[in-house]
Amino acid sequence: MKFLVRRIIFYVITAWAAITLNFVIPRLMPGNPVQSLINKFQGQLSTSATHSLYVLFGLDKKQSLWDQYWTYWGELLHGNLGISFAYFPTPVSEVIGQALPWTIALVGLSTIISVVLGTLLGTFIGWRRGTWMDGVLPVTTFFSSVPYFWLGLIFIAVFAVLLPVFPAGGGYDGALIPAFNTEFIGSVLQHAALPAITIVLSSVAGWILSQRNMMVTVTSEDYVTVAQAKGLKERTVMFDYAARNAILPQVSGFALSLGFVVSGTLVMELVFSYPGIGYSLFQAINAHDYPLMQGIFLVITISVLIANIIADMVYVFLDPRTRQEG
Amino acid sequence: MNTVSTQAPDSTRGSVRGTGAGRPVLEIKNLSVDYGYGEDRVHALRNVSLTLREGEVLGLAGESGCGKSTLVYGATRLLPPPGLISSGEVLYYPEDGGEPVDILRQPEDALRASRWQDTAIVFQGAMNSLNPVHRIGRQITDAIAAHRPETTKAERQDRARELLDMVGIDPGRISSFPHQLSGGMRQRVMIAMALALEPRVLIMDEPTTALDVVMQRQIIEQIVDLRQNLGFSVIFITHDVSLLIEIADRIAIMYAGDIVEQGPASRMYRQPRHPYTRGLLNSFPPLRGPRREMTGIPGSPPDLVNLPTGCPYHPRCPYAMPICSEKIPTLIEPTAGGSEPGRLVACWLEEDAEATVPPELAVRA
Repeated sequence: MKFLVRRIIFYVITAWAAITLNFVIPRLMPGNPVQSLINKFQGQLSTSATHSLYVLFGLDKKQSLWDQYWTYWGELLHGNLGISFAYFPTPVSEVIGQALPWTIALVGLSTIISVVLGTLLGTFIGWRRGTWMDGVLPVTTFFSSVPYFWLGLIFIAVFAVLLPVFPAGGGYDGALIPAFNTEFIGSVLQHAALPAITIVLSSVAGWILSQRNMMVTVTSEDYVTVAQAKGLKERTVMFDYAARNAILPQVSGFALSLGFVVSGTLVMELVFSYPGIGYSLFQAINAHDYPLMQGIFLVITISVLIANIIADMVYVFLDPRTRQEG
Repeated sequence: MNTVSTQAPDSTRGSVRGTGAGRPVLEIKNLSVDYGYGEDRVHALRNVSLTLREGEVLGLAGESGCGKSTLVYGATRLLPPPGLISSGEVLYYPEDGGEPVDILRQPEDALRASRWQDTAIVFQGAMNSLNPVHRIGRQITDAIAAHRPETTKAERQDRARELLDMVGIDPGRISSFPHQLSGGMRQRVMIAMALALEPRVLIMDEPTTALDVVMQRQIIEQIVDLRQNLGFSVIFITHDVSLLIEIADRIAIMYAGDIVEQGPASRMYRQPRHPYTRGLLNSFPPLRGPRREMTGIPGSPPDLVNLPTGCPYHPRCPYAMPICSEKIPTLIEPTAGGSEPGRLVACWLEEDAEATVPPELAVRA
C-alpha cells in the first residue's frame, strides 16, 4: 500500500507540473490571443470589437501572473478550457469532447488489438523457435518499416478507390444522423476498418519482436527447465512460466504506447480525414488556435499520466518483486 | 571420513554399498550428445554408460565442462538447444518390475506423465530455479496437480506445507514469493518440490554450488536424512570430490565427455586406479588422516572440439604410453593391477597386456 501511496503522490506532483507548464508556456510566447484573432480577421475588426474581445478574453483586467494562475486553476477545475479561435465561439472543451471519443475508440482499440495479437504471436514464435513461424517476422517487419502515411495511402488507393470496399475517409457516413442504431454503428465500424487495419499492421511487428525476444531469453531460464522437468503440460509451461515472465517488459511498452494513443496518430487522422484529436490538433496549429492547442496538450499530458498510472498498477499486480512490503 | 555417511551404520543404507548388487532403476547406455550441427559440433558426451541402482547414491564428478550436467540433461531429455542426443538409450525400470522403458524414445505425453513422478531434478542455480512471479506454494502444487489431478486443492496445499516442513522451512512461508527467500531456503524449496511426488530417482545437479559452506553442510545432511527415510536413489553431481566421498555409495569420474572410472566410494578414495582420478584426489586436501602432498593436475581440460587422439587424458597423464595417443581405452573391469568387484576403469594400463601398472594405481591390501 505504501508503494501505491508513493506512486500516487508522484503522479499528483507530475500532473501539477504539467498543468503549470501548460499555463506558463503560452504566456512566455510573444503577442496575445486578441492579436492573433485580429490577424485572423486581417484588420476587418472595428476598435470596439477589438475592445470587446479584450474583455471577452479577460485581458482588460491587467491581472498579475499569480492571479491569472489561480484563475486558470479555478477555470480548469470547472472544466473550462477557454474558447477556440478556429471554431469560434465554441468552447475548447466541447471541441475536444467531440474529437476525443473518436480517437480513443479507434486508436485505443487498434492499439489493444495490436498488443494482444503481437504478444500472442510473439509468444508462439518465441516458443517454437526455428519452425516455419519464424517466417512471420520478416513479413510484419516489412509493414512496420513502410512509412505509415504511405501505407495508409496505398490502402486507400487499393481498398477504397480500386476496390471500393471501404470508405476513403471520415468517421461515419455524412448522410446519417449520429445515433445509437445499427445503421450508424455499422457505418462507424466500416469507416474505422481501414485506419484500424493500417495501425495494427504497422505496429504489430514491434510487439511480436519484443515478445519473441523476451520469450527466447526466458525460455532458457532455469525455472522454465524446472517446469518442463516437473512434467507440466506444455501449455502451462509456455503460458504460466515462460510467457508470464516474458510479458513484463511488454506492459511498460504498452503503457508508453497508450500515452501515444491520444497524440501519436496525427498522420493517421490526416490520411483518413478522421475526426479525432490529432486532426483537431492539426487544425489548431494551422489556425494558430492557442486555446485549443493548450487544451489538447493538457488532455495529452493527462492521458499519458493516466496510462502510466494504469501500467504501474498492472505491473505491481503482475510482478511481485515490485511490491515493496513494509 | 568420520562424517555423515560413516556415522550411519551400513545396514540402514541398504545392502548396495560397494557391492553393486541392487536392482537397476535407471540405466544409461552408450549415450552420445552433441552440441550444434554439422562439422563444428561439439561431442559433449561420447558413448557414456552408467547404471543407477535402487536406493543408492551415485556420485558424478569431474572438472567443469566434462559433461556431468549434459549427461543428466540428456538422460532426462531436458537438453536445451542446440544440444542433441545422437545415439544411445536410457532405460527406466518401473517399480512393479515390468519391462524397462526407453526414455529417449518415449512418446511426448508419456514422458510428461512420467517426469517428476519417476525422476525429479534439483537444478544447479538455486537462485533461478523458481518462477519469480508465482508463490512457492503454487509452484509445488502445480506439479502435484499435473500428476495427481484427483487431489483437491486443500490436499495439495496440505502436502506442500508438509513438504516445506520436511525440508526445514516454516510451512507459513507457503505464500512467499521466491524473492522473499534466501538462497539456502530457495534450494530447500526446490528439494521439497522435487520430493512432492515421492520420485524413485532424485538427480541433484550441484545443488549446493551457490551456497556458503555452512548452508552446504546443512543441505547435504538434509538430503542424506531424507534419503534414509524415503529410500529414493540419488545421482549427485558435483566437482567437489571430497563431498562425494562422504555421501555417495558409488562414484563415477568423468573426463572430456566420458566416464573414466567408477567404483565404490570408499575404495575410489583410498585406491584410485585411473591416473585422472588419482590426480583429481590429489588436488583436494584430505581433512583427516595422514598428510599427503597435493599435486593437482598439470595442463588444462581438453577442448571438446579438438579432442586429442586416443585417450583424451594422455597429454596430461604422467603414465602415458605410445598406445594412449592412438586408441581410446574402453571402460573395463581392471585385472592387470589386481581385480576388484564393482570397479571399472578406462585406461590402457589395465587393458594393454604389455603395460606394467605402477604400484600407486594397483590394488593394495
